[in-house]
Amino acid sequence: MAKYVGEKIKRTEDPRLIQGIGHYVDDIKLPDTLHVAFLRSMYAHAHITGIDTSEALAAPGVVAVYTGKDVADKVGAVPCAGALPDLKVPDYRVLANDHAVFVGQPLAAVVATDKYAARDAIDLIMVDYEELPAVVDVEEAAKEGSPLVYEEYGDNIAYRLTSGEGDIEAALGAADKIIKQRVVHQRLAPIAMEPRGVLARYFPGEQELTVWSSTQIPHLLRTQLAIMIGIPENKLRVITPEVGGGFGSKLNVYAEEALLGWIAMQLNKPVKWIETRRENMQATIHGRGQVGYIEIGCKNDGEITGLRYNVFADMGAYLQLLTPAIPTLTGLMLSGCYKIPAIQMNITACFTNKMATDAYRGAGRPEATYVIERAVDLVAAELGMDVVEVRRRNFPQPDEFPFATKTGLSYDSGNYQGALDKALAMADYTGLRQMQKQARDAGRIVGIGVSTYVEICALGPSQAMPAGGWESATVRIEPTGKVTVLTGISPHGQGEETSFAQIVADEFGIALEDVTVIHGDTAIVQYGIGTFGSRGIAVGGTAVFLAVEKLKEKAKQIAAHMLGADASSVTFKEGKFSKPATRAASVAGGVSDPDVPVSEAPAAALPEPNVEDKQISIQDIALAAHIARELPPGMEPGMSATHFFEPTNFTFPFGTHICVVEIDKETGDIKIVKYVAVDDCGKVINPMIVEGQIHGGIVQAIGQALYEEVVYDEQGQLITGTLMDYALPKAAMIPHLELDRTETPSPVNPMGVKGVGEAGTIGATPAVVGAVVDALSPYGVRHLDMPLRPEKIWQAVNQA
Amino acid sequence: MNKAVSIKVNGTAHTAEIEPRLLLVHYLRDVLGLTGTHVGCETSICGACTVMLDGQAVKSCTILAIQADGSSVTTIEGLAANGVLHPVQEGFWEKHGLQCGYCTPGMIVAGAQILLRNPHASDDEIRHGLEGNLCRCTGYQNIVAAVKYAAGKINTQAASGD
Repeated sequence: MAKYVGEKIKRTEDPRLIQGIGHYVDDIKLPDTLHVAFLRSMYAHAHITGIDTSEALAAPGVVAVYTGKDVADKVGAVPCAGALPDLKVPDYRVLANDHAVFVGQPLAAVVATDKYAARDAIDLIMVDYEELPAVVDVEEAAKEGSPLVYEEYGDNIAYRLTSGEGDIEAALGAADKIIKQRVVHQRLAPIAMEPRGVLARYFPGEQELTVWSSTQIPHLLRTQLAIMIGIPENKLRVITPEVGGGFGSKLNVYAEEALLGWIAMQLNKPVKWIETRRENMQATIHGRGQVGYIEIGCKNDGEITGLRYNVFADMGAYLQLLTPAIPTLTGLMLSGCYKIPAIQMNITACFTNKMATDAYRGAGRPEATYVIERAVDLVAAELGMDVVEVRRRNFPQPDEFPFATKTGLSYDSGNYQGALDKALAMADYTGLRQMQKQARDAGRIVGIGVSTYVEICALGPSQAMPAGGWESATVRIEPTGKVTVLTGISPHGQGEETSFAQIVADEFGIALEDVTVIHGDTAIVQYGIGTFGSRGIAVGGTAVFLAVEKLKEKAKQIAAHMLGADASSVTFKEGKFSKPATRAASVAGGVSDPDVPVSEAPAAALPEPNVEDKQISIQDIALAAHIARELPPGMEPGMSATHFFEPTNFTFPFGTHICVVEIDKETGDIKIVKYVAVDDCGKVINPMIVEGQIHGGIVQAIGQALYEEVVYDEQGQLITGTLMDYALPKAAMIPHLELDRTETPSPVNPMGVKGVGEAGTIGATPAVVGAVVDALSPYGVRHLDMPLRPEKIWQAVNQA
Repeated sequence: MNKAVSIKVNGTAHTAEIEPRLLLVHYLRDVLGLTGTHVGCETSICGACTVMLDGQAVKSCTILAIQADGSSVTTIEGLAANGVLHPVQEGFWEKHGLQCGYCTPGMIVAGAQILLRNPHASDDEIRHGLEGNLCRCTGYQNIVAAVKYAAGKINTQAASGD
């Protein structure tokens, strides 16, 4: 009987966080710590002809200053995991040597006794820049004659790739209508509320380097830092303390992380760098950054015949860990939740003089969903059909799963009609359309947007991943019966200390309080991949579940031995193994080993472990396994099991989002008056946490649709360099969200879970934009590019 | 030229010689070791650094510590009394008002301030009251619910004369 799984269990993480007594990187204080500050390029593109650090070195409190020349042959290049044919990978170093390629690129590092002194000394470094022409716009970057980010490449093309299946020319040729639309997925800043931060300490005697970093991938970071710094991987320990949000921005290996480790080894003192928000805006990865051209063919009845998407993907000035892979994820998901006979995507990935793009919550899939959902809306507008009917017309039926797409995927399970119908009922879609008609008759501007999305989660089968897609877990029952779970994922707000404990407590039939989940320390936890791609529960949780199953099987063997029963007859319920009552006497009587407790022996006479009449708890079995006097012959002592779970497929959560907006004709202001979301992420461990993930994702999507944009000027200067200029959604800008779920289990893992971390950012953006476009359709609007700021809306209304 | 300041923090008097340019948040975090107050933007926008200064919620990242000389500061560490969580802290736990937890101390202090000023704040009033605090995880819905929960608790306690 599930006791915790499926329940709204309050998070075990929370008490420390609500009292301000958790530990993020900057909260860890080591004696004699030195502080690092960075001098960063003020130009988007420049030759560095000289750096004079003498004045900085002489400043009070300054211990050392390092430039690109100091580290050029000491610290390796920042790694990129992309493995695409003919990919150009710039040799990007932790400090620029003589060529700066974006505003914010680190040029020099000052180490001082306190952070104010380090910051002061930055201003004393003299840099000779020779400014070069910058390329900022991704479409311009692709053109011949554009300024070049890297002269040696001869162009700005990082790679080109064509993907998709089916005869696209024939498919578009067979269409009654072909609709074309250019769409912009603007650059976004992930803005984890905790900026990045690194603390590094080296013990020269032990030759051990410890790096505390605010990261989503402690083990992958350890491997890469070991390579970059040139230290044996087993002498490097990465600790991920409390992490204040990531959203993909900390799924990376950054220059500063390697440099701090290296500096600690030079100075034999702890060194700390805490990113400022301005640095975070300049030099932590951005997301999105695609300009694409949609071509969709359809029959007059709304049937989609084919989809082509030619996209210019803005890589930025160099390649971070997954930069080139993000647009390929867009290609995978272009079919959306529709049967499309032919799909083609042509990627032109370009370098520009801006910060690198990489994974931001959704990572290529929000772009795909936006493309196909906008395209379906355009089909509906072209044919004069309802947006719901076009979607329904093209859904695969529930009995068509697993469903193969022309992007090479096999969707595991789905019931798109079910989620759509539930959302339509919740929102009273028919009533909404009547309301809209009446509102329009009264001169108001009201729109309804619908998004039916599917996403790819639980990343992923190792065959499809750049560096292993499995996940690991160790579960052990300690001698006192307490259960320790070591997970290879690295939660940073997702609450898996709670949800994994729910799984383990239920499977063992023990109290939640008896389970502790440990993560984010490479010296304690076996190698893991980390937290990203909505993989925590579906891959990491499955690893935990399967490790528990291994332990239960071992415990059953021990129980049978101790109870004097046949293992096949022993049952496990509510934390206790029991032998069948009818066979008890004879089996017990047949036991020859005098040390094995028999059913007649009074429980109180047994010192330890506690074997009751005909049953024994799993925690007592664990004790017995540690004492190891009563184990079946040949069995390993101890009660610990590790599982490395390799998923056979991705999972494909889905859902329907409906957004209603009203627009102020005088100001262009958009008010979201209703938001309904029905999401299906398979089986749910903790519905409270799932709802929280969806809330947060939707609001980030609303941010993209209406407010957020990283803006560089034509010289490549970052205009949105602080939170005063980059518009994050605030509480009063956001409506109350009405959520519900359907539940279609995944066949890919034993718990039937799918993942939910990115559903909101993937599903919601097209619903919001669709609603605004629908509102403006009487003004002849069929599409507007994000972010839909009031000025843009006002112009659409008042210039129509 | 260091200056002496006397600041009462969470009920305890502290004196220190500090640089005049030292920010209040760095005084709290680095001098006193109260690391529950966070820095998220250095520009008064995100509110992660919100503390109470003589009963008013302020952004400690843009106040100098010497400006707080002679004042009384309450940080997140000082909200719980005698081991009992403040109702807003309790609300955040009950209503899943936090995920990564980084904005949470500032949010809780801001929430407490909203209820001090208006114990019967509506959803809209709470949302507007939180405009100086950014959260990237929760989408705010459960934060509003958490403050509402606290309001209910505070009002019940007031009604029962507790």
